[in-house]
Amino acid sequence: MAFKVVKPGLSTTVQDLGRPGYFHLGIPEGGAMDRFALRVANMLVGNDEGAAGLEAVFMGPELTFDADTLVAVTGAEMPIFVDGEPREGWSAFVVKAGQTLRFGFLKAGARIYIAFGGGIATPLALGSRSTYPIGALGGIDGRAIAAGDVVPVGEATTMTERSLDRSLLVPVSAPVSLRVLTGLYWHRLTPACQARFFADEWVVAPEADRMGYRFRGGSPMEFVDREQPFGAGSDPSNIVDGCYSYGSIQVPGGQEPIVLHRDAVSGGGYFTLGAVISADMDLIGQLQPNTKVRFTEVTMEEALAARAARRDRLAKLRAALA
Amino acid sequence: MKTRYSFGGDEHVYVEIDEEMSLEAFFIALSLRNAVAEAEIPGVTEICPANASFEVRFDPDVIAPEEIMARIRELEHKAEVSDKRLETRIIEIPVYFQDPWTHETLMRFRERHQDPTGSDLDYAARINGYDSVEAFLEAFHSQPWFVSMVGFVAGLPFLYQLVEREKQIQVPKYLRPRTDTPKLSVGIGGCFGCIYSVRGAGGYQLFGITPMPIYDPTQTVSYLKDFMVFFRPGDIVKWKPVDRAEYERIEAAVAAGTYTPRIAPVTFDLDAFNADIAGTNANLMEALNGI
Repeated sequence: MAFKVVKPGLSTTVQDLGRPGYFHLGIPEGGAMDRFALRVANMLVGNDEGAAGLEAVFMGPELTFDADTLVAVTGAEMPIFVDGEPREGWSAFVVKAGQTLRFGFLKAGARIYIAFGGGIATPLALGSRSTYPIGALGGIDGRAIAAGDVVPVGEATTMTERSLDRSLLVPVSAPVSLRVLTGLYWHRLTPACQARFFADEWVVAPEADRMGYRFRGGSPMEFVDREQPFGAGSDPSNIVDGCYSYGSIQVPGGQEPIVLHRDAVSGGGYFTLGAVISADMDLIGQLQPNTKVRFTEVTMEEALAARAARRDRLAKLRAALA
Repeated sequence: MKTRYSFGGDEHVYVEIDEEMSLEAFFIALSLRNAVAEAEIPGVTEICPANASFEVRFDPDVIAPEEIMARIRELEHKAEVSDKRLETRIIEIPVYFQDPWTHETLMRFRERHQDPTGSDLDYAARINGYDSVEAFLEAFHSQPWFVSMVGFVAGLPFLYQLVEREKQIQVPKYLRPRTDTPKLSVGIGGCFGCIYSVRGAGGYQLFGITPMPIYDPTQTVSYLKDFMVFFRPGDIVKWKPVDRAEYERIEAAVAAGTYTPRIAPVTFDLDAFNADIAGTNANLMEALNGI
């Protein structure tokens, strides 16, 4: 079984839940930016939650199928059509052999996830099918899908169409709040600057991709005076190159914060002021440029409670779709 | 050393051995990183070492953040007294300095540079007090460099020059990073040298290019068949200047699967190095002559 790419969209990549374990060599975990959406799409079509699907940003692909295939689309809100007939998001529907799946204009969110019954069956690279284009690893020859690609799909376990109770989904409210645990090099900032970081309204900049999301519109950073340590570099935002974590917030030159995401660079010479909590990482993957965002300070206790709430929501969905 | 612990979100503990770079800080970070790995603490999913720091990723559903941090702190005393000696290897890396490809790139991004009128090499030579580009390059390649970190992007080595601190070359990074850098460019930023393993963005000053791939996701390069990443922390590098003809010869040999990097096993002892830098380096480089 396979589908053929008629139009690829803007940047559509094969993604699963990633390849942890190689970040110490500069190869990021990668995988779906919105893990929740990919997991639910896979549940709907009867796959393991970590099966590989497609992640399409801002624009959907156009695909034709060589065999009847159970498909589910989750994540961003985008009209779905099978041979011109509309289909619902967050539901599993059959696309028959010879039919075409295509998408309308994006209405809300940023990334759709398309799961296929049986899962995409491209070769594993370091234990994952996720595409890491910078390192030319995974997916289809380490790149986004292109017109003419024939993408293999595994053996489906079911062809049952079904949909999800939408009340199990949590709508995103505006302005978006991203919860942050301060730390790392937070002490490099003056108290006034620390307060401004949380008080200011930021917007998502156009430079927002799988590696990281950049924000602008807030005040530039103000650093505590110091003599720069040997090897760090002369800018006050420089440190001796250290590790970066997923979700960590760096501010090169003290100007625009960047939140590193699934295809993060693993280290570098810019100070980091803390990190977005794990429970809010999926949400970042659904932010469009120009979205208004506030950073909200939380404690570790609150971060762990948010993480638990997220886990419970997933468990409820799992029970509903079992 | 002033070891500092911090959480990086709810899944990471960041351990900074020292704010400034030194081989002492590198070795303590390495020992502590190894002690954490050997302790096999449940919930630890990955440990990433850096130049003078490291980061532990953990699953807070398995181990509480305060507990993992406490467990790492308990190991600190072990790391401070452990041997600062490493069984490692020295690798000769051929470099074509002042090549046309990095030159084209650095001229293309000139408006992002501190000195738009010259080249990266002219600028680096001048601010480090060298009379000529040749004298600067001699200082750059005559002594070995130490891989103190692997990362940023896939398999990229950060290299620390094995000379007295006052002799170390230091340059700022570009004012604004380039959006393009040729694959396998050799550069320096701050006190760290690097080889760009893949094409992409970068802010280091560029001096040359190596014909020897150091990352190969297809694992077709003969010496990268077992693993796609060449470097690991602790490796020692000796640059070998080559001309264009030699660069092209090596590039063809890599493509034909007949190129074998020159590598020799060595021991690096930090105390011995500090006691006699010139002598230690001579011994390290001597090992390359024996193969």
